[in-house]
Amino acid sequence: MIDYLITHYDDLGKATLEHLQIVLVTLAISLVIAAGFTLICSCFNQIAQFILGLFSMIYSIPSLALFALLIPLTGLGKTTAITVLVIYNQYLLLRNFLAGLDEVDKSIVEAAIGMGMTPVQVLIKIKLPLAKCTFFTGIRIAMVATVSIATIAASINAGGLGTILFDGLRTMNSAKIFWGSLLSALLAIFIDGLLGFLNKEDKSPKPPKIPQS
Amino acid sequence: MARAIEFQNVTKSFRGSSQNAVNHISFTIEEGEFITILGSSGCGKTTLLKMVNRLYEPDNGKILLFGEDISAVDVVKVRRRIGYVIQQIGLFPHITVGGNIAMVPNLLKWEKEKTNARVEELLTLIGLEPKEFKDRYPAQLSGGQQQRVGLARALAADPKIMLMDEPFGAIDSITRLRLQDELLTLHQNMKKTFLFVTHDIEEALKMGTRVIIMNDGNILQFDTPEHIVSHPADGFVTSLVNSAKAKEEFWEKFK
Repeated sequence: MIDYLITHYDDLGKATLEHLQIVLVTLAISLVIAAGFTLICSCFNQIAQFILGLFSMIYSIPSLALFALLIPLTGLGKTTAITVLVIYNQYLLLRNFLAGLDEVDKSIVEAAIGMGMTPVQVLIKIKLPLAKCTFFTGIRIAMVATVSIATIAASINAGGLGTILFDGLRTMNSAKIFWGSLLSALLAIFIDGLLGFLNKEDKSPKPPKIPQS
Repeated sequence: MARAIEFQNVTKSFRGSSQNAVNHISFTIEEGEFITILGSSGCGKTTLLKMVNRLYEPDNGKILLFGEDISAVDVVKVRRRIGYVIQQIGLFPHITVGGNIAMVPNLLKWEKEKTNARVEELLTLIGLEPKEFKDRYPAQLSGGQQQRVGLARALAADPKIMLMDEPFGAIDSITRLRLQDELLTLHQNMKKTFLFVTHDIEEALKMGTRVIIMNDGNILQFDTPEHIVSHPADGFVTSLVNSAKAKEEFWEKFK
């Protein structure tokens, strides 16, 4: 096992970076699109359930099948992989984003509207800051899922740690299977931890509650 | 005196309800009055209040503030001219006490110095030392202090009309009595028009220069507290007054 690491550390490093690249590009695109869908859903409540239902349906399709379905459209490689990953993320992100906005105390929103905030001001000044923790939860879940599904994307030549994993499976090379799995697991843990840390760092000081006088 | 608030045959019903929440109501409130609206839950008192700052739109009829039909004015502008205090207080938990009070001045794009001076003035007015409380977060205050800040926030842009929806409903009785007295003093010194919703008859009679008594979407009586007690308009008002008197008798027993 260690021998493989010593002789192939450059391959492993390259695959890890490639994997990270897929994950980060996916994250960036997913966030932009999910933000758009969140806006649409929060403005038009009637279609929110429909959009969410649609994404949950797509989410239930096995990733290998979704990759295969897209090959005729976008071919083999990273583009297809990232497209699929972005689509999967929409369900996880949108669900948490909408839940976050919905969880904001109704009386706080009423006070904000009642004092004369426009809908955009209510969203930016009140709802977004208060929903931030739930947003981060969604992003963390989506990222961990992306790291794991991205390994499967190696089956359509998208590169990344999945390449090493699949190579190992094909040639019965246990060292490759081991390092491929371990590194993708570590990557998932690292990204999750980093996002968790960012969320905590960025929090305004939440003092302890003083009992009512 | 100017007519601050005028309802002209206002009706409002909610979907799924056959009865009107507010049923063909007309009344006039003069500037500087302290009007309490008394009624049991579901009588339409909150609906009536929320139509003044257009959180609800009437189905029929007109509402005038200082002679101006509010349906013709931009809704955001109407609300920024009116102070609004609710029972749940609704302070923004992620913003400091000072920031909460400064919210409407900021929306109106006041200059920073003017806003700062106003925040300190209001904190002093509600009895919270500005230096100590300005940078605290709402969760660091007691319930009574939070509602004081809620009141200061509503007063920030010096609105001529204040709407208060059971503001002391969730506050313990000792603090509530103190807040009631403080609010009365504030009203005497400011000559603002107050519309104050409550389900507590003692609070309504104590606070109001005139009292609106509502039931099932109708105004049963709109009169001074003294007149309501001496000349209740109908059976419902009589039973309300009697319920308060019964409470008094209850306390007599302990003397």
